[in-house]
Amino acid sequence: MGNVPSAVKHCLSYQQLLREHLWIGDSVAGALDPAQETSQLPGLPEFVKIVEVGPRDGLQNEKVIVPTDTKIEFINRLSQTGLSVIEVTSFVSSKWVPQMADHTEVMKGIHQYPGVRYPVLTPNLQGFQRAVAAGATEISVFGAASESFSKKNINCSIEESMRKFEEVVKSARHMNIPARGYVSCALGCPYEGSITPQKVTEVSKRLYSMGCYEISLGDTIGVGTPGSMKRMLESVMKEIPPGALAVHCHDTYGQALANILTALQMGINVVDSAVSGLGGCPYANGASGNVATEDLIYMLNGLGLNTGVNLHKVMEAGDFICKAVNKTTNSKVAQASFNA
Amino acid sequence: MAAMKKALPPRLVGLTFFRAVSTSSMGTLPKQVKIVEVGPRDGLQNEKNIVPTPVKIKLIDMLSEGGLSVIEATSFVSPKWVPQMADHTEVLKGIQKFPGINYPVLVPNLKGFETAVAAGAKEVAIFGAASELFTKKNINCSIEESFQRFDATLKAARSANIPVRGYISCVLGCPYEGKISPAKVAEVTKKLYSMGCYEISLGDTIGVGTPGIMKDMLSAVMQEVPPAALAVHCHDTYGQALANTLMALQMGVSVVDSSVAGLGGCPYAQGASGNLATEDLVYMLEGLGIHTGVNLQKVLEAGNFICQALNRKTGSKVAQATCKL
Repeated sequence: MGNVPSAVKHCLSYQQLLREHLWIGDSVAGALDPAQETSQLPGLPEFVKIVEVGPRDGLQNEKVIVPTDTKIEFINRLSQTGLSVIEVTSFVSSKWVPQMADHTEVMKGIHQYPGVRYPVLTPNLQGFQRAVAAGATEISVFGAASESFSKKNINCSIEESMRKFEEVVKSARHMNIPARGYVSCALGCPYEGSITPQKVTEVSKRLYSMGCYEISLGDTIGVGTPGSMKRMLESVMKEIPPGALAVHCHDTYGQALANILTALQMGINVVDSAVSGLGGCPYANGASGNVATEDLIYMLNGLGLNTGVNLHKVMEAGDFICKAVNKTTNSKVAQASFNA
Repeated sequence: MAAMKKALPPRLVGLTFFRAVSTSSMGTLPKQVKIVEVGPRDGLQNEKNIVPTPVKIKLIDMLSEGGLSVIEATSFVSPKWVPQMADHTEVLKGIQKFPGINYPVLVPNLKGFETAVAAGAKEVAIFGAASELFTKKNINCSIEESFQRFDATLKAARSANIPVRGYISCVLGCPYEGKISPAKVAEVTKKLYSMGCYEISLGDTIGVGTPGIMKDMLSAVMQEVPPAALAVHCHDTYGQALANTLMALQMGVSVVDSSVAGLGGCPYAQGASGNLATEDLVYMLEGLGIHTGVNLQKVLEAGNFICQALNRKTGSKVAQATCKL
């Protein structure tokens, strides 16, 4: 950094910096400011759909139990940012996931904005029925590419879990409710270590053929690197079209954005993230979890990719929830933009 | 929020299946990457707490044992400007100089160069910028004038057979000027290279860059200077450092600067982070099967040591994660 005295502070106000470099643009208006510097890399998708998992995957892994009203307010704020998919809650037993005990109240309490979808997790038929009764119009099921993880997480083998999910997905399709499939441990498992791309492909294919419209491939413990991401996607994409795939990268080892860039270069155009990087890692004490939506948007904006999301508003929602759970944001963009 | 979207309705996604997936845009990655560890200089320079000399020496010794082949030890700058580096002579004299490891030092001018050589420096680095305003604010002269100053240092270094590395700040954006043109970066790089710098480290000083802009900048620079003579120095202020570094590797760059524990904040964004963490970089490179010669465990230990000394949390995510596979 040369000889810059450490006394130099913010020489550009937050607003000016964001406007001048503007990797940001007013995406809500649908057009980026032509004066901005962005650069389109050849071979990348033109549009990237961001699936916001903060209210579910994020909060689920936060120790502080967030009051129902706060969750609702949080989701309502996210609904106004341009995000088109916001995972709201999980219809799981409160015995297992106390944070999600208020799933019905949250689902009923949020304002469902037109053009925004609000999927919920449904681990089994009972959860699915409750979700539908509460007004859910989209659901997700959560599989894993690791037998040990499946056993420890949902107390059954992969095969048994697939049969359960089949019931759920069939019922969902009957009611014209789209179902998304998640595959955990796609790049590594905390119990088994490395996971073969073939296994990930097998599980993904199973979920896809039972009727899941999209499969989110999750690097659950964030151990993946661009090389393992590439190998895994090469295998999965032989069986499932890229347009039906998403990546869900955890930033536990700081690899998330590099892994996401790799996925984009391979043709994936749906990315999961959590505002403020909410959610730690239950397998690595003190470690971070989800990739922060703000940091993801920053990269996508800089790449000239359309997301439809307004970064300013996402940062505000992030600020709101961080205050509510009394923690500092995990988003570097937020850290750099709000004065400490 | 009724934004214009171009997403395909779910059932048409099958059509995209027939678009050939081209990974040619990903390039071929280098088999080997040289990591230039800048923690003891760039890192510590931007830490508020003054680190005692013995601690600095121990940090550098621990990094030497970590398999790093280049460790930037200190800066021969006036203590009036950078109090953290006031003990430059003691540090350079006090560290163990392992065979096969280079210990470059920053020298802002001829006087600094001479003091550095007297203290035993065998490699030096000079610091330019791709922004006129940044140069003015940083060293109080224009880019052209800075070249004249560097010339004296470079001539003296050549006489003494001492290699010189050139740094260029603000290659992807400037806190004062905003956008920086790739052509300008190419011009400054070419000049430093032709003046005799064996390697030019291109620095995203405020971490605003993203992979596309990194690519554009490198494309322009590589038309003037061979990739083997280039390095990237990415700051992680906006979380983009590793993605930007990956892009640089895909473009053929095989030298990357980083800082153990992600030491060093950003003087332009209070509370923000600075350098890319060496541990996180090594983790990615190892995962890619790229040889670095670095022992991650030992670097983690060095990072742990310096963070305790500085009484701060590590900036490395790898260090934060205790999950072992």
